[in-house]
Amino acid sequence: MSRRRHSDGDDGGQSHKRRRTSEPVEIEDRLESLICRVGEKSTSSLESNLEGLAGVLEADLPNYKNKILRILCAVARLLPEKLTVYTTLVGLLNARNYNFGGEFVEAMIRQLKETLKANLYTEALYLVRFLCDLVNCHVIAAPSMVAMFENFVSVTQEEDVPQVRSDWFVYAVLSSLPWVGKELYEKKDAEMDRLLNQIDGYLKRRLKTHVPMLQVWTAEKPHPQEEYLDCLFAQIQKLKKDRWQERHILRPYIAFDSVLCEALQHNLPPFTPPAHMPDCQYPMPRVIFRMFDYTDAPEGPVMPGSHSVERFVIEDNLHNIIKSHWKERKTCAAQLLSYPGKNKIPLNYHIVEVIFGELFQLPCPPHIDVMYTTLLIELCKLQPGSLPQVLAQATEMMYVRLDTMNTTCIDRLLNWFSHHLSNFQFRWSWDDWVDCLALDADKPKPKFVKEVLEKCMRLSYHQRIVDIVPPTFSALIPADPIFFYKYQDEANSALPGYAVAIAVGNAIKNRASNEEILTVLKDVPNPNQEDDDDEGEGFNPLKIEVFLQTLLHLAAKSFSHSFSALAKFHEILKALTDCDEGKLHILRVVYEVWRNHPQMVSVLVDKLIRTQIVDCAAVANWLFSPNMAHEFTRFYVWEILHSTIRKMNKHVQKIQKELEEAKDKLERQQHKKQKDSGDEEDMEKNSEDEDGQLEEQIERLQEKVESAQSEQKNLFLVIFQRFIMMLTEHLVRCETGSVDFSTPWYKNCIERLQQIFLMHHVTIHQYMGTLENLLFTAELDHHILAVYQQFCALQL
Amino acid sequence: MSIKLNALISDSYVDVSQYRDQHFKGNRYEQEKVLRQANTLYVGNLSFYTTEEQVYELFSKSGDVKRIIIGLDKVKKTACGFCFVEYYTRTDAENAMRFVNGTRLDDRIIRTDWDAGFKEGRQYGRGKSGGQVRDEYRQDYDPARGGYGKVVSRP
Repeated sequence: MSRRRHSDGDDGGQSHKRRRTSEPVEIEDRLESLICRVGEKSTSSLESNLEGLAGVLEADLPNYKNKILRILCAVARLLPEKLTVYTTLVGLLNARNYNFGGEFVEAMIRQLKETLKANLYTEALYLVRFLCDLVNCHVIAAPSMVAMFENFVSVTQEEDVPQVRSDWFVYAVLSSLPWVGKELYEKKDAEMDRLLNQIDGYLKRRLKTHVPMLQVWTAEKPHPQEEYLDCLFAQIQKLKKDRWQERHILRPYIAFDSVLCEALQHNLPPFTPPAHMPDCQYPMPRVIFRMFDYTDAPEGPVMPGSHSVERFVIEDNLHNIIKSHWKERKTCAAQLLSYPGKNKIPLNYHIVEVIFGELFQLPCPPHIDVMYTTLLIELCKLQPGSLPQVLAQATEMMYVRLDTMNTTCIDRLLNWFSHHLSNFQFRWSWDDWVDCLALDADKPKPKFVKEVLEKCMRLSYHQRIVDIVPPTFSALIPADPIFFYKYQDEANSALPGYAVAIAVGNAIKNRASNEEILTVLKDVPNPNQEDDDDEGEGFNPLKIEVFLQTLLHLAAKSFSHSFSALAKFHEILKALTDCDEGKLHILRVVYEVWRNHPQMVSVLVDKLIRTQIVDCAAVANWLFSPNMAHEFTRFYVWEILHSTIRKMNKHVQKIQKELEEAKDKLERQQHKKQKDSGDEEDMEKNSEDEDGQLEEQIERLQEKVESAQSEQKNLFLVIFQRFIMMLTEHLVRCETGSVDFSTPWYKNCIERLQQIFLMHHVTIHQYMGTLENLLFTAELDHHILAVYQQFCALQL
Repeated sequence: MSIKLNALISDSYVDVSQYRDQHFKGNRYEQEKVLRQANTLYVGNLSFYTTEEQVYELFSKSGDVKRIIIGLDKVKKTACGFCFVEYYTRTDAENAMRFVNGTRLDDRIIRTDWDAGFKEGRQYGRGKSGGQVRDEYRQDYDPARGGYGKVVSRP
């Protein structure tokens, strides 16, 4: 409607079309809205709303049956947090119209097959659970559901299939039991016992190589980071011991028992799990994140135990709410806080635990990191009297346990914490953390505080950080981000190149041309010249130093100034750094001058790569070089490395996309030719030319893709080689010196290696063959090889 | 199967606002079309002292920033409380609209909005005194934005 108001022409036609067919569309939209909104806050009870809606839908069945079927299938798939509301609705409809119930079940089975084929395993899971709950609503007969479960569990007997495949089918069965376990056991207890025994056997023989790589903490205390299937099985066993008494799940169908009992049930058709195909992408295994238990909520309702099924259901529902509403933080926060049954559980603790669980999930969080920061801020706004305290408690707990926290998770924690503080005037009880000052600077706690303060400084300024921490923390305050100019004043006049530096500076200030500046630079002696190379323009580190130090000094005022400088003198920089050593040296100079301003180093390196003055491999070599060894455990080094890898990946993807588009274009063109062929000679000749041009373009792009992929592979090889060298050296040195190898440096280094695998697993997967043949061979120290093996286990 | 539920498509933080640039060359429809595909954000309610570095750090949280242009007073050529942030991809800009808009930078709640793209001249405030229009007429005292609005400080 509003589009029409603003449009100046073209839009008119569309509006006309809308108006003509608007009536049925409006009714369909209304149906969708009614169905989606049932179960939300209302003046009437849920039961009466469901009853009313069932009546409306029943009346609309003659005209809108297919639409209603599609909407109900969609909510089953996409709104799992409201599962029982919708199964009750379907139950009521089935009681009123048996045929509709049958058609719905058929539609669900079709949808289940499609989601499995499309690798949508999470959605398939919700569909299975929905079908299970339909047993509770007397829509599906229990024995037929047990039969489907038996088919699922028989997948564990398949040979030569990835473990993650049978994992999914077992998970589908176990995760539905909180809803339907009681009913199935009442009808078919012998069969269910057999199923659970089979599952038990499978879980016992299943490989768990992947677990260490996915754990947030390496320590078992206070909360073991359990493998997800093990945890769920323990929860189901406890539920079974409690005779399937489950009191947390909201079950609206209980109120309608008398009506639903009268309904006729349908049998599920026999369901054969689709066979394994090479392009199937099953979900990766996970570890269950726990940070709270019943001792943590000081007053009010007690937190359900780690092996209680209530814990599973609550966490599952909270994850689903975030999945549905992550793009709209106010809605998401509101939905989380209005969780049904919230008065019986310490909801704030569950919410905080689930959010951090997602933020720390390995390999990657389900959603972009910054979403969680903003969501927590919204939650604090809505619950200002309680949530900030839980958050503070959580932060304190995580600080205390930093020693055993995975380095990647520490990164995410410090990113979150510094960003969060910047929204609350950096108020924090720093004095509580005074214990970290007594520790060595390389230990996790002081390191964490130092990196947090550095990140806080990036969002504010140096003096602010000095002001917010107690004076005792001065050792951890970041350095003042000043520029270090080698040729600063007359005191340095003895330095080689000093005179040229002054001359270059003046030349730049007087807007000299590139040629003029290069002429000035000719006077710089080459310390490498003794190797009697008469190339003239060969690698001259002093020339690079003199020019770049001076240029960056003149442009030090801001990022924009520095970027302008790099752009303006791009030609000169390229000429000076035409070889690998030149590229390495330029990075060294950037670090020398800006070593107190890691953020500036980061953005300059980014620009140098994007303007092709240095390549990605040069950056990797520089970060791993002996010159940078003292910075190796600093957070910004890894920011730079991961950013570099990402740029490389995006570059490859971009060219691949261009190639695909060119190929598509050619196909379309040839297809069109086939359709209207046999006309004039001229047309044929033109299209031949066009084809020829396109084919040439495709060939060029193909070469470009291959060259880019080769560069990408080389980048990973460089990085892994460097890691292996460093780690092997350390391990050998410790062994010969009979010293414990497990130093803070080692933990950091080996977890950074893990991080490379985890953060770029999709890309690395392509090069597994090369990696295994060249680098991760059996001769490698088993500590290092273990990381590779754990990574491989993620895909098994 | 691929029916989308309207309830779940809602992405209101990414919607185009009511603001239209009066200097935009083209009609309203064209401007809206450009805004729906833009990679650039206008950022408002900055302190005059907020630096490019701080903007970079905050907005990098939703993706790689291509460039930042700090808004300047047309007369004084100093920062006057707004800037443009351009991303390489639309997705990154959308995430900024969802998760950076309405949060604090330099202790102030900042506001982001879609922008048709930087053109030379757009880095200057359009108020009579050289700063932003909003600083011409506001009545409150804001130490981070030059104190009182111009209408108050002018006799």
